[in-house]
Amino acid sequence: MRRFIETDIAVLGGGPAGLAAAMIAHEKGAKVTIIERDFELGGILQQCIHNGFGLTYFKEELTGPEYAQKFIDKVKASGIEILLDSMVIDLTPDKTITAMNPEMGLMKIKAKSVILAMGCRERTRGAINVPGTRPAGIYSAGTAQRLVNMEGYMPGKRVVILGSGDIGLIMARRMTLEGAKVLCVAEVLPYCSGLVRNFVQCLQDYNIPLHLSHTITDIRGTDRVKEVVISEVDEKWMPIPGSEKIFECDTVLFSVGLIPENEISLKAGILLDKTNGPMVNEYLETTVPGIFACGNVLQVHDLVDWVTKEAERAGENAYNYVSNLDRGGKLLKPIRTIPGENVGYIVPQRIDHLKEEKLVQFSFRPKSPDKDCIIEFISRGKIFDKRKSKHIIPSEMLNFQIKVNPEIVESDITIHIKKAPPKVTQEEK
Amino acid sequence: MEVQFKDAKQGDMKEIICVICPNSCKLQVFKDKKGEVQVEGYGCTRGIQYGEDEYTAPKRTLITTVKIDGGELPVLPVRSKVAIPKEKLFKAMEVANHVTAKAPIKMGDVVIPNLLGLGVEVIASRSMGKKE
Repeated sequence: MRRFIETDIAVLGGGPAGLAAAMIAHEKGAKVTIIERDFELGGILQQCIHNGFGLTYFKEELTGPEYAQKFIDKVKASGIEILLDSMVIDLTPDKTITAMNPEMGLMKIKAKSVILAMGCRERTRGAINVPGTRPAGIYSAGTAQRLVNMEGYMPGKRVVILGSGDIGLIMARRMTLEGAKVLCVAEVLPYCSGLVRNFVQCLQDYNIPLHLSHTITDIRGTDRVKEVVISEVDEKWMPIPGSEKIFECDTVLFSVGLIPENEISLKAGILLDKTNGPMVNEYLETTVPGIFACGNVLQVHDLVDWVTKEAERAGENAYNYVSNLDRGGKLLKPIRTIPGENVGYIVPQRIDHLKEEKLVQFSFRPKSPDKDCIIEFISRGKIFDKRKSKHIIPSEMLNFQIKVNPEIVESDITIHIKKAPPKVTQEEK
Repeated sequence: MEVQFKDAKQGDMKEIICVICPNSCKLQVFKDKKGEVQVEGYGCTRGIQYGEDEYTAPKRTLITTVKIDGGELPVLPVRSKVAIPKEKLFKAMEVANHVTAKAPIKMGDVVIPNLLGLGVEVIASRSMGKKE
């Protein structure tokens, strides 16, 4: 069976990014189609049953499923076309999508614009080369989260967790509440990489030890995990001999980072940045005109509220694209954004249009934590804007709306995060 | 290096990290000469309330799943409508582990009407249809 669908905007992924982008584009008047591979909408939020979502966007504290439900209800009532259980297998630069699902078989979807909202996936044990045997009982933290929170299974009873990112911390609490003994969380960095509130509520509350500057150096067991060895590491992350601690356990959870899921983007010939997400301009448009990206497929976010805001911009820009709105001021050579001192990456990677002064949303992450910082925006060797930040940490994304003026900004913009000079007090003067 | 938890019981002043929002304000909570609880270091008024509560009677929202009969999934995410005393969390888990909801259910539907006699409702965090 073959089916052909024509639509204005195809949204790949029905998680928080896809839902928000689709809703805005629909409200503006576009015909929108969401293609989602799971049996339902909501994406990863459906397994993030803890609270803390929505404080910025909804001004109330919600659980992940509640945050998702608000968008799902709106999208379902809107008449937006929703294809569930549907896997996208190809995307071409002319925006033809090949997808398949059990009901309709193989289908082609021809769109005028595409919004990439596929989210991200977890790094695994293999990605960080942890030695040892390969018994049962080794999970990525997100897989364990789905098993416990959506499928009703307990992955194990005695648990060691590697990685103090938010998912690792949240799973430490979740497994503890469900009756498991979480022996420790090991973190290779010298600081906790998750949000402070998660350190307090997930570890401190349950007296779960956090071993900083530690990593797993051996996993032992034949059928099932039997023991895990963790070792202290030096500043180059090399294990220090003699620092080994052995934990008897049956389960290891890996919470060691997320990677944007861009196989489909690559098929369309879209260029990726070192974020592993597509390189985008100030309209969140990739290097293929009319294909936009938002949410974790673009850059891994720490707060869903920012995913929603980013996705709404992508949705609006995709609508403007399909309605042939003239953006004006197309630059012959785009203005590049360059990560400077203590900046890991910047989204957008370029500014394509600049006729008169306009606001551009910049998101970026520091490479290492710092206090009392000044963030400088520099072009032509001059600081054209600066912002202060009391404390910065790689796990918390920085978001700023900055006025960009064609008379001041040219060829490239560099962003530095610098230590603020010490304040001169009245007496010292 | 292992992170040492500050023993909150030592001395009158407690350093409490506010967890109401991701700003993670560091609060100093103590009793003044009159014996009234004082909070310093807050970023918003919710921090004052949190600091006082955390000092005198810490509370947490119960977040877990319950079994659901005939649902699209075998378990349903639920939460207590308001936070409950921290030390009652494991008792609350025991209650939740013996509750079975019935599909279809709507977000906000009451799953446990009066958790541990605290007068707190436990509600569904999502809607869930019947399994076809």
